[in-house]
Amino acid sequence: MSSDTKKVLFGPVVDNNPIALQVLGVCSALAVTSSLANALVMTIAVMLVTGFSNLFISLIRNHIPSSVRIIVQMAIIASLVIVVDQVLKAFSYQLSKELSVFIGLIITNCIVMGRAEAFAMKEKPGVSFLDGIGNGLGYGAVLMVVAFFRELFGFGEIFGIEVFKLVQNDGWYQGNGLLVLPFSSFFIIGLIIWAIRQWKPEQVEKD
Amino acid sequence: MSSKKETPLKTIGFVFLVCLVCAALVSIAASGLKPLQQANKLLDKQTKILEASGLLEIAGTDIVGTYNQFVVAKMIDLDTGMILPNASVEEINLFDERVDSRNVAKSSKPENDIAGINRRANHAVVYLVNNEQGQLNTLVLPIVGLGLWDLMYGFVGLEPDLNTVRSVIYSDLKETPGLGAEVLNPRWKALWPGKKMFNDKGEIAIKVIKGGAKIGDVHGVDALSGATLTSNGVQHTLHFWLGDEGYGPFITKFRSVASEGELN
Repeated sequence: MSSDTKKVLFGPVVDNNPIALQVLGVCSALAVTSSLANALVMTIAVMLVTGFSNLFISLIRNHIPSSVRIIVQMAIIASLVIVVDQVLKAFSYQLSKELSVFIGLIITNCIVMGRAEAFAMKEKPGVSFLDGIGNGLGYGAVLMVVAFFRELFGFGEIFGIEVFKLVQNDGWYQGNGLLVLPFSSFFIIGLIIWAIRQWKPEQVEKD
Repeated sequence: MSSKKETPLKTIGFVFLVCLVCAALVSIAASGLKPLQQANKLLDKQTKILEASGLLEIAGTDIVGTYNQFVVAKMIDLDTGMILPNASVEEINLFDERVDSRNVAKSSKPENDIAGINRRANHAVVYLVNNEQGQLNTLVLPIVGLGLWDLMYGFVGLEPDLNTVRSVIYSDLKETPGLGAEVLNPRWKALWPGKKMFNDKGEIAIKVIKGGAKIGDVHGVDALSGATLTSNGVQHTLHFWLGDEGYGPFITKFRSVASEGELN
């Protein structure tokens, strides 16, 4: 793998993270991170949608009339999201029931649209696809970290497997009620951004 | 971006083409996957019914086979409590309370809407779960009622006396995780079996008790801590569905038929 490819694919994980640096897609990161399983499925769904929307948009980028380009991008993204939703309903009914509305809301996830407009409209299909997958990975990385803390300290579980025995089940651990609720992700995402910027000070915005 | 000159005609043509391709993609996915999705939905419902009747462990991985062997679904008219003998298998399988209760022609407004459901479908599908000898073992009744955030859908399983509780399980809800959603906790579900829905006078007596039910209280179940409104919702749902505007008429009919010894 050349270093350019690597940069496109793995750059968004830390160096140019869509949530931590570009601050896109935070809304869905709040909603689906109550458990690791949900976060994982959401990650895969977003990765596929961003990857393929980038690919298709890049393929036709020279033909898209600039006056209607946003609508054309939207149509492609929306179609892909519906396909993902249908596939999920067909193969994992339980998960689709839990994630239901959030899969549909991938359409409005700023990451997908942002990458289509900022990257796929200018670059070749292959590298656009990788950029989409990479940004999905970056989104997913943050999601998984948030979900890890929320599930572990909120429910005492990791991927549904009991780690801390909850008081409700005669254990010793009192689940953190705050972490169970979506807005607690704000705190965790804030801490993640702080940690990344401590590590890589060049990400800090100048006043 | 296009280097060629844009004309309105070209733009419209392009958009049309994109829409066509996208529409084709979506409809292929939707119609191609529909049988799988419906099978999944049905399997989910069948799993819940088996769970409500305590057969899930026996079923193991063979949900459909066990369901077909033991469960008989009947469509009833809630107002009269009569089984509708003419309902076809397909009608019964496709019956969806959520669809019917939104249809003004197929639903009515309950006079005393304690469960907060707004409209109640005229019909319902109930499940007679038999034992291996072909006798009634559990009657599974679908229930729905308002919790804290939204309607909670579930099933209640009754033993053949139609009084003793086999199970109260929820299949679909949006309650707060860790608080209201604890109705799904196996430990809470385990409090229900053996409780009595009705007292000696035949009145609905089941109660969800804040602070914990007394030992030996056959009508009381501990409320969920931190989830008063969800707990109240469960109680109201049960009172509504076991009452006159719910399965009350059906239960009365069913009992009178049973006492004449022609249950099935």
